[in-house]
Amino acid sequence: MTGTRTPGGGADYLLEVQDLKVHFRLPRRNILTSGGTVHAVDGISYSVRRGSTFGIVGESGSGKTTAALAAMRLAHVTQGSIRLDGVEMTTLDGDSLREMRRKIQIVFQDPYSSLNPRMRAGAIVREPMDLMDVGATGERDGRVADLFHRVGLRPEQAGLFPHQFSGGQRQRVGVARALATQPELIVCDEPVSALDVAIQAQILNLLRELQHEFGLTYLFISHDLGVVQYICDDIAVMYLGEIVEQSDRVSLFSLPLHPYTWALISAVPSARRRTGDRDSRVRLQGDPPNPIDPPPGCRFAPRCPFAVDQCRHEKPTLREVREGHLVSCHLVGSDGVPPYAAAGDAS
Amino acid sequence: MQTAAPLLEVEGLEVEFRTRQGIARVLDGVTLSLKPGQTLGIVGESGCGKSMTALSIMRLVPTPPGRIGAGAVRLKGENLLQASEARMREVRGKDISMIFQEPMTSLNPVYSIGDQIAETVRLHERLSRRASLERAVNMLKAVHIPAAERRVREFPHQMSGGMRQRVMIAMALACRPSVLIADEPTTALDVTVQAQVFDLLKEMQEKTGTAIILISHDMGAIAEMADRVIVMYAGRVVEEAATDEILESPKHPYTRGLIACVPHMEEQPPPERGALTEIPGVVPSLAALGAGCSFAPRCSHADDLCRRQAPQPFTVGTDRRTACWLYDEPGAP
Ligand SMILES: Nc1ncnc2c1ncn2[C@@H]1O[C@H](COP(=O)(O)OP(=O)(O)OP(=O)(O)O)[C@@H](O)[C@H]1O
Ligand SMILES: Nc1ncnc2c1ncn2[C@@H]1O[C@H](COP(=O)(O)OP(=O)(O)OP(=O)(O)O)[C@@H](O)[C@H]1O
Ligand code: SF4
Ligand SMILES: [Mg+2]
Ligand SMILES: [Mg+2]
Repeated sequence: MTGTRTPGGGADYLLEVQDLKVHFRLPRRNILTSGGTVHAVDGISYSVRRGSTFGIVGESGSGKTTAALAAMRLAHVTQGSIRLDGVEMTTLDGDSLREMRRKIQIVFQDPYSSLNPRMRAGAIVREPMDLMDVGATGERDGRVADLFHRVGLRPEQAGLFPHQFSGGQRQRVGVARALATQPELIVCDEPVSALDVAIQAQILNLLRELQHEFGLTYLFISHDLGVVQYICDDIAVMYLGEIVEQSDRVSLFSLPLHPYTWALISAVPSARRRTGDRDSRVRLQGDPPNPIDPPPGCRFAPRCPFAVDQCRHEKPTLREVREGHLVSCHLVGSDGVPPYAAAGDAS
Repeated sequence: MQTAAPLLEVEGLEVEFRTRQGIARVLDGVTLSLKPGQTLGIVGESGCGKSMTALSIMRLVPTPPGRIGAGAVRLKGENLLQASEARMREVRGKDISMIFQEPMTSLNPVYSIGDQIAETVRLHERLSRRASLERAVNMLKAVHIPAAERRVREFPHQMSGGMRQRVMIAMALACRPSVLIADEPTTALDVTVQAQVFDLLKEMQEKTGTAIILISHDMGAIAEMADRVIVMYAGRVVEEAATDEILESPKHPYTRGLIACVPHMEEQPPPERGALTEIPGVVPSLAALGAGCSFAPRCSHADDLCRRQAPQPFTVGTDRRTACWLYDEPGAP
């Protein structure tokens, strides 16, 4: 029932990622600079329960998209293991890789640029079936019509081009396309971030309905904590390529353990935090540092209001401190008391 | 209950754009008023006219294809829509300044940020180069840019997004304007950085007494920052009230939908989750608006009157208005 890993890969988990690293080598600009390596994803492990929604949150550049693309083998995996349905993905190639890929589809953030502007919506939705040879050729157009209907579009709209749709409708086309190959896992990379809130609610409701109807599993990436809390069952918080905290949705928000999670939650603007409360919440200084040269020790230490010497020298490891609740911070006691509570000035 | 005279009043503002589909009435009777030191939030979905309202106040509507057709924009009583272009150059930056979503579009990449702030200062105040550079350093300090003396010589691309937005705020406030218009100033930023920028805006407002118009599509941001809120839909103001009132008891069906459809982050998330409230349909095309209430096609309360005739803003209670036929009669819901 918890979001933690089971050793040996129980059948409960559709996707199991172990110690995944994705590093990008930057070209040297000139003889004086060394190229450097971007540690975009730097040793993360997580498992996604079948039929659930697993969320990845974190600020821009923390590695959310890269982590998801790597799980689809769309980014080069530097190290680590990715098992989908128990099958190791990192060593697959050719037909077997194609067969596994059919099981994972992706919905992108930007419904404007992710659809080919020169293709009609029907062809866009049909394309993955043709590419992956899913279903009999003669039945594919019928399936396109069904999918259009299912995501709330009229089948005759299959003849329109992307620019003839509104943003929300375009995202529906994107969802229909993702469903075409009857995948088990759908990666949703900020699927509603570019949409107005009224349209966002329509798409979120649609995603939840489809999940129940088809037993889909979602890997859901977002920086919007309200959306994440609503849609995700389990959540991992990323900072500079690492997971700093992971838990089910209720514990994460009711008892955030990592100082970064705490700061992230307290930075969300809301009516409740008007005037009076403003002074009492934590403020991070500065911006997230560069993943090319991550600081030694805890990567959050340079911005952490609680950092002590140990934090700057010694790397904390992700460990379970409460049932199903993992955190990577030296100052969280083994009893699961976060540093901001221990410091006495609990907000 | 403040009774200070309004600093800025916009009345019956109409803006039209010539488009391929015909004339689009982008703003239709927009009215608002801002008191000294106050923060007014403007909220609404993409394309509802938030930025156009700001650009009209600054008289920066691209003409053609756009045109301010009617209305008044009064700054301390002076109608800016009748002011000369020379006068407007004085007003912009000195009395009213503006910051945008993407600071890179308003910062010049080839000048140091110090030179850019100093230039703005010298345009409006007769100061020496040295004195204006000194002002630039002080402004950078005021917006908490570390090592301001050194960074004043840096170029925009050498700074992070959050830092650039601080520079924009420094530049916008360098001449102590009485009105600051912030158009989605944090949309491109991470939440932790957004929180820093909001704190900074509040702090600078306390120091300088500037009034702020904050434009955002995020009701949470508006709720935290604004004293009063106007909600726009398809070029019209559909509701205007004090922030607390609008959050506690939104009147217009659109405002109610807008607040209800957002999944709110709760400190104690309920274990069970129902479906989110939806506003059905989509925003109408501004070139094809009928005579009725523009929200009628999406409104569950719409009746014949709504479809036939656009409602004027009705006063509800004290000091709040909403443009919806449900509030035609006093004592309505
Ligand atoms: N192909 C690439 N080459 C070099 N660096 C890359 C590449 N792709 C991503 N990066 C870097 O890896 C880091 C993580 O990027 P990623 O896109 O995964 O972040 P993210 O969390 O999805 O951010 P956002 O919220 O902005 O989408 C960033 O510093 C990014 O610049
Ligand atoms: N140059 C133009 N030609 C025609 N129409 C325009 C032009 N510029 C803006 N508009 C229209 O004016 C309306 C109002 O635009 P405005 O930029 O004020 O919206 P907004 O509320 O600021 O939206 P957003 O949240 O997307 O910034 C929109 O429907 C837009 O399509
Ligand atoms: S390990 Fe130290 S620096 Fe890192 S989050 Fe915990 S307290 Fe802060
Ligand atoms: Mg991303
Ligand atoms: Mg705008």
